[in-house]
Amino acid sequence: MTAARTMSITDKLYRDRFKVDEESHLWIKDPKMCVKCPFNFVCIRVCPTYVFKWEENKITITYDACVECGACHISCYNVGWRHPKGGFGISYKYG
Amino acid sequence: MAEKFDSIVVGAGPGGIAAAYTMAKAGLKVLVLEKGEKPGAKNVFGGVIYKYHTEQIAPEFWKTAPIERRVVEYQYWFLSEKSHVLLSHRNQRFNNEYNAFTVHRAKFDPWFAKLAEDAGAVVINRTTADDVIKENGRVIGVKTERGDALADVVIAADGVNSILARQAGLREELRPDAVVLAAKEVIAIPKTRIEERFNLGPEEGVAAMLLGWGPGMHAGFMYTNRDTLSVGIAVSLRDLDKSGQRPNELLEQFKNHPSIAPLLQDGELKEYSAHLIPEGGYDHVARVYMDGMLVVGDAAMLVNAINWEGTNFALTSGILAGETVIQAKKRGDFTSRTLAQYRQKLEQSFVLKDLRKLRNVPSFFSSHPYFFTVYPDIANELAYMWHVVDDETKDARFKRMQSTLFKRRSKLGLARDLFNLWRLFS
Repeated sequence: MTAARTMSITDKLYRDRFKVDEESHLWIKDPKMCVKCPFNFVCIRVCPTYVFKWEENKITITYDACVECGACHISCYNVGWRHPKGGFGISYKYG
Repeated sequence: MAEKFDSIVVGAGPGGIAAAYTMAKAGLKVLVLEKGEKPGAKNVFGGVIYKYHTEQIAPEFWKTAPIERRVVEYQYWFLSEKSHVLLSHRNQRFNNEYNAFTVHRAKFDPWFAKLAEDAGAVVINRTTADDVIKENGRVIGVKTERGDALADVVIAADGVNSILARQAGLREELRPDAVVLAAKEVIAIPKTRIEERFNLGPEEGVAAMLLGWGPGMHAGFMYTNRDTLSVGIAVSLRDLDKSGQRPNELLEQFKNHPSIAPLLQDGELKEYSAHLIPEGGYDHVARVYMDGMLVVGDAAMLVNAINWEGTNFALTSGILAGETVIQAKKRGDFTSRTLAQYRQKLEQSFVLKDLRKLRNVPSFFSSHPYFFTVYPDIANELAYMWHVVDDETKDARFKRMQSTLFKRRSKLGLARDLFNLWRLFS
């Protein structure tokens, strides 16, 4: 099969251009809530770029892979979300 | 940045730029703040821009704007697991009187923003406005990381995730059933090959919507650009949650469908993107005005999900917001009293008329998901049975087709669906 059709998400994201900020624009408001997540880890499941992971009893956030869609914070109120600082984050060449 | 402007527009997408252009052209002092490194850097759509509405700002824009192809054919694919039924409309009138153009937003939006700049607006990139400044309950400016900026009227054109509309109290948090997540790829394929695969002339293009074969409210889209294809899936956040599948998995599944894969063959991925679309319709439209502030485009949830129209809603709401601020400036009144005119203008235009007309459509389809699942399947089964030639008599075949149909959806259910569908649009 062709390259475009068998790529992993990591390879896909290599094609995108990011300017990574030093601090995350995503955070978990109350990490204790995640331990008994009432939404079956919806943040992990709806994210198109696999930013959220469940590791060692907490949600970890790879914010530098975030394309700023907003699906996470709409699906779960425990996800804190703001726009990255001006000029940072995803910068589409096509869009 | 203590300087005061007549208006600050937050967001340099089509809505914000239409507003800025309208006001700057009338001589108002306008500042546009864009969080991306340039206009369009954060923007994603299917998609197309429409001739009619874009011409309200830029007559004959296709002669100079970075457009990809003019759409001459609209395709509606109904997918089943290994098959499709295709309905399509191609018309030479789309070649003579243009209707829509495919564009890449990261290329088109900077061109469009330049128009506002040429008209006198100041566009500042790399600047995130993350809160409004209020005085006695009235919006008087915005806070940015570069400092505060003041204006008589702030226009929030900051897109579907509008922080400003929320901070100002004009909008609730979005609901998962009122937004659709789109995941999209731009795939490079040589120009001539695109034209062969889609049977197109050199500047002609196709806009395709694909239904079926997915979880609930779910659709695929495909647009031909000059030497790339825009291919993606759109699924409501609620149904995505229920589906147990990841957006990227749904997209891969869609790209590997036996009817789609040959169109993408040997393509090279150029970009992967994702964005939300506010498809909730009329009942989810934000409050669009308050003292010192207006909201336009996606930030106000102005999208027609049925006809896949959005950029035209953004443009038109931007122009109407701009006109309202011009009026307010003449009167020297920037309170709700004058700014309420914007809501009236929206009500009188196709923007809220269309959304009102289609008001029940989003909830109808979300409570009748089988329009996206069962019906495309049935269409494929029946089409297959119609075409297979063997020793079965036609009498037996037609009876079997009927029973296949009614097994999937009862006669009563079918009649009710048809009636409701008719009522929805009449």
